Amino acid sequence: MENPSRAEAFPVGLRVLVVDDDPTWMKILEKMLRKCSYEVTTCGLATVALSLLRGRRDKFDIVISDVNMPDMDGFELLEQVGLEMDLPVIMMSVNGETSRVMKGVQHGACDYLLKPIRMKELRNIWQHVYRKKMHELKEVEDHDISEDIQMSRSFSEDFDDRQGCLGKRKDLDSKETSDQECNDTAAVKKSRVVWSVDLHQKFVNAVKEIGFDKVGPKKILDLMNIPGLTRENVGSHLQKYRLYLSRLQKQHEERSSVKNIQPDFNPTGPRANFQNSATMNQISASGRYVPITQNFQAYNRTPAIFANNVKSTVALRLKDQMGTISSVETSTPKQEPWSNGIPLTSCVQRSKHDHEPNSSLEDCSHLPLTGQIHQTTTSQSLPPTSIISVACNPEQKTASTRTKPALNSTVVLPVICTSDSVSVQVERGSVDSQGFGVKHETDGSKIWMSPLREPRAKNEKDFVSLPEESPLSSLQNIGCFENIGLNSMDIFQHTGSTSLTGFHSNWYDGLEFNGDYSFDPVEYQVTDDCLFV
Amino acid sequence: MDYSNLQRKAAYLRKSLFDQGYLDEQFDQLEELQDEVNPNFVEEVVTLFFKDSSRLLNNIDQALEKSPNDFRKLDTYMHQLQGSTSSIGAFRVKRECTLFREYCDKENIEGCVKSFQKVKREHAVLRQKLEAYFQLLRQTGPVERATRASN
Repeated sequence: MENPSRAEAFPVGLRVLVVDDDPTWMKILEKMLRKCSYEVTTCGLATVALSLLRGRRDKFDIVISDVNMPDMDGFELLEQVGLEMDLPVIMMSVNGETSRVMKGVQHGACDYLLKPIRMKELRNIWQHVYRKKMHELKEVEDHDISEDIQMSRSFSEDFDDRQGCLGKRKDLDSKETSDQECNDTAAVKKSRVVWSVDLHQKFVNAVKEIGFDKVGPKKILDLMNIPGLTRENVGSHLQKYRLYLSRLQKQHEERSSVKNIQPDFNPTGPRANFQNSATMNQISASGRYVPITQNFQAYNRTPAIFANNVKSTVALRLKDQMGTISSVETSTPKQEPWSNGIPLTSCVQRSKHDHEPNSSLEDCSHLPLTGQIHQTTTSQSLPPTSIISVACNPEQKTASTRTKPALNSTVVLPVICTSDSVSVQVERGSVDSQGFGVKHETDGSKIWMSPLREPRAKNEKDFVSLPEESPLSSLQNIGCFENIGLNSMDIFQHTGSTSLTGFHSNWYDGLEFNGDYSFDPVEYQVTDDCLFV
Repeated sequence: MDYSNLQRKAAYLRKSLFDQGYLDEQFDQLEELQDEVNPNFVEEVVTLFFKDSSRLLNNIDQALEKSPNDFRKLDTYMHQLQGSTSSIGAFRVKRECTLFREYCDKENIEGCVKSFQKVKREHAVLRQKLEAYFQLLRQTGPVERATRASN
């Protein structure tokens, strides 16, 4: 929103994305919105809409979508847009039942319109955009982050008054002036807090420590101790997290298939039985991580593994469509080597928070099928080489992504799953099942891969040793993308799908190639020498 | 004059469509949207509606034939059609759609089949009437708002 002419005549030129599969309604809505002097982009598929939003970040101010879309549930789209792009979303439907409307609101819709829609209803949608900006501005003001000045400038003359207050920058007296901090701040160009991998990790840790049942924004905020972060930021993030978890649980309950996969290795340690758990259970506060275990086809598994030390996250950098792979990093505080034998398909599972014992991981997909499929194949080979492959499904276009993390490196593989199943296979090499996992965010649409196990190389091969220190330290770079409403955490998305057999990942276009990365993705070649997580 | 006769006819037809419940106020909305940028907006939308709804009707026909027990599917299709009918204010068609869905809820296949016949019939009738209406309009120009039936 840097267009000065728009600022003058707000809401003229409001950029609206309309998503509806009904061509008649689409035509009507487009006409109505144009008559309101808005800039309209139409889209007939939710998946396309999502990729549009991702590909052209900051190109839209508001999204209007029908609830019933053929390729994706409108509510899921709603969630994802809210999470990733933090745009206001309005739902539409011919169905006006209270339960539906409620669901819409629960999923974050800022309004729910009933069809037939009148033009006057559309005329007023700008208020949602305005309200959001106001809210963000307030947050910013509270914390003296001055980047939002440009936002406020572009917004309305009224904000000029506030700019004076925002001019001063408060000294950050905390030692936490890490990259993460800078990233967060820098990323708050639009005065949105970017929940980087690091930040989210801290958040999750804090929640874990407090105990999910007793958690509250203030407590989390205090524990996290991040200067510049507001209670509101944490509060809204927590809300999303909760939504995510509850959605997982619901989806899990609807799911029927759970397959247990027996990995070939014998995990040592308490987590040994993860592969046998057919249901997600006992995810303790830390159980948000989903282990990616070999042959993990049952997404319903929540390995007890997660139970504890999941402190690290693995973000797998997936190969994007072009097939470039970014580094895969995993870090984990605890190393519990397992014997290797990496089975073939690891499914990304989402563990659910322990107070929701049956979350299902399956939602690894759900991102729009943009055709980014990363195929990963893991063959059970010898420990040393681990290749992580993430297989995405529906269309069988797979770009093989093999990552070969260097020894002692952290593998971060952010994966956005778009379709039904997510599986991460580790090829060759041993993957410590504990080291690899998927941590999912509360939003319900994110999955974090967190290392649940440690790679163990039989022949002293390269292993990714998970550093004990700050789990996400190596990931932090991945986290923040400027100008992206997208949190790095958000890249993991999953939709409810019953089996995580394929990992549909959708690498955000902007993400991988985003020059804003503060760190260079490491290209791992797929070779036999792969070590993995 | 012929011209004003035609105009009167068009106005009358329009009014009867409203009076008899074929159309509701949504149709008014469409007319309001019509402007110099889109001078044939209403007709375009209506054409689009019939094209799309025919496809949906076909889907339902097939579903009734091939998988008549899949009420969920039937309901989904009909829900789509219903949403579509609301776009142009096809009131009677929409009403029949609702009835159909009620039969679906009760898993009453016979009711569904019968109801569907009604849906198709209303759909066909509306199509005919609107075609006649637009034809008149082409000959006369848009009908005066003042003659619009108030709903």
